[in-house]
Amino acid sequence: MPSMKAIKNRIKSVENTRQITKAMQLVATSKMRKAKERIEESRPFFETLSQALSDISRSVSDFSSPFTQEKKEGKACHIVIAGDRGLAGGYNNNLFKSLDYKDGDVIFPIGKKVVEYFGKKDVTFFTTEYQIAADVKISDCNSIGQALADAFEKGEFTSLDIYYTGFVNVLSQVPASKEILPLAPSDDGEKKKALIEYDPSPEAVFAKIIPHYISGIIYGGVCESIASELSARRTAMENATDNAGEIIDSLSLTYNRARQAAITQELTEIVAGSQN
Amino acid sequence: MNAFDLQIVTPDGMLFDGKAQKIILRTTEGDVGILAKHSNYVAALSIGVAKVVTEDGEKTAACSGGMVSVTDGVVRVVASTFEWSDDIDIARAEKAKEKAETRLESTKASDFEHKLAEIKLKKALIRLRVSSKN
Repeated sequence: MPSMKAIKNRIKSVENTRQITKAMQLVATSKMRKAKERIEESRPFFETLSQALSDISRSVSDFSSPFTQEKKEGKACHIVIAGDRGLAGGYNNNLFKSLDYKDGDVIFPIGKKVVEYFGKKDVTFFTTEYQIAADVKISDCNSIGQALADAFEKGEFTSLDIYYTGFVNVLSQVPASKEILPLAPSDDGEKKKALIEYDPSPEAVFAKIIPHYISGIIYGGVCESIASELSARRTAMENATDNAGEIIDSLSLTYNRARQAAITQELTEIVAGSQN
Repeated sequence: MNAFDLQIVTPDGMLFDGKAQKIILRTTEGDVGILAKHSNYVAALSIGVAKVVTEDGEKTAACSGGMVSVTDGVVRVVASTFEWSDDIDIARAEKAKEKAETRLESTKASDFEHKLAEIKLKKALIRLRVSSKN
């Protein structure tokens, strides 16, 4: 049996750890509340934008724009949104496991962990300017959207998709992906020939709208991912705190047993001594 | 006057969802007014003043970027920024205007920075114009 002093030291160290995990849990909880509000605010934008774009793409066959042509062979570009830090349970790993990429593809990383993950792999980074996912604002998304749309038009890659973690609720976060470009005409049954008037021309309108569309999707993905990360961290820290509590309980039990044993032994020794 | 369904959304949330009688927007091609029963229509927005007429009267806003679409009578304005005249932070717009002006005057700025400053100045001026109408 370990000495009483050793057990006492361990209890103390576990208590310290528990204090830290408890603090992290509380921080994640309060930040999560804000992140959830942000999702709720941005969702209508996200949905309306997708709705409008899918309406338009239904009549896409009327004209040709570089953004609507069928997928060609070539490099793909993946926007990957993950966390900046670990200690969030399986949050980062689950997303990385869901990734579908080939060697040579272009990666647009958002979040420090993405850069670390792809650091030793055979991919090129579009830019590593947006490493801190928590700091990405809508204005950043606008410039990202513009840059990606320009690169797509130039033919630097032939398809664009996004990987992020969808926030279902506090207990459940699911890795998700979405194809952004090229815009495929939606196949909901017969093609409704929606007659739409474009001002000045479909191509010009598309060139203007696509960057906004990309930035809207990225912003939505960032909002969802951040809320997911925080709730994953909250759950992970809650478990850690509970586990620390259990360890402390079992250690205290061992400590009390050791103390009892020491007292019993001392008593036995005294009694044995007085009988002599 | 006939009314139509109008939705105005920005990344900061849904700003308007209801019936309107008229909306005037600045698109890349110029000002466009939309009334009820407009044909299907899509245009990109530029930086400018937007006017919304509802039963309760007329409201103005500073609007920039994004798109407007009319599908089956529903008008959707998806903008990067859309601020009602009473929500505009005048002090912030003044500051942005000054900052953009000094940047435009400095010769050191690159073409890209110059362009950016021009856009910022335009946004600030529109905000000030909209808020001064109150």
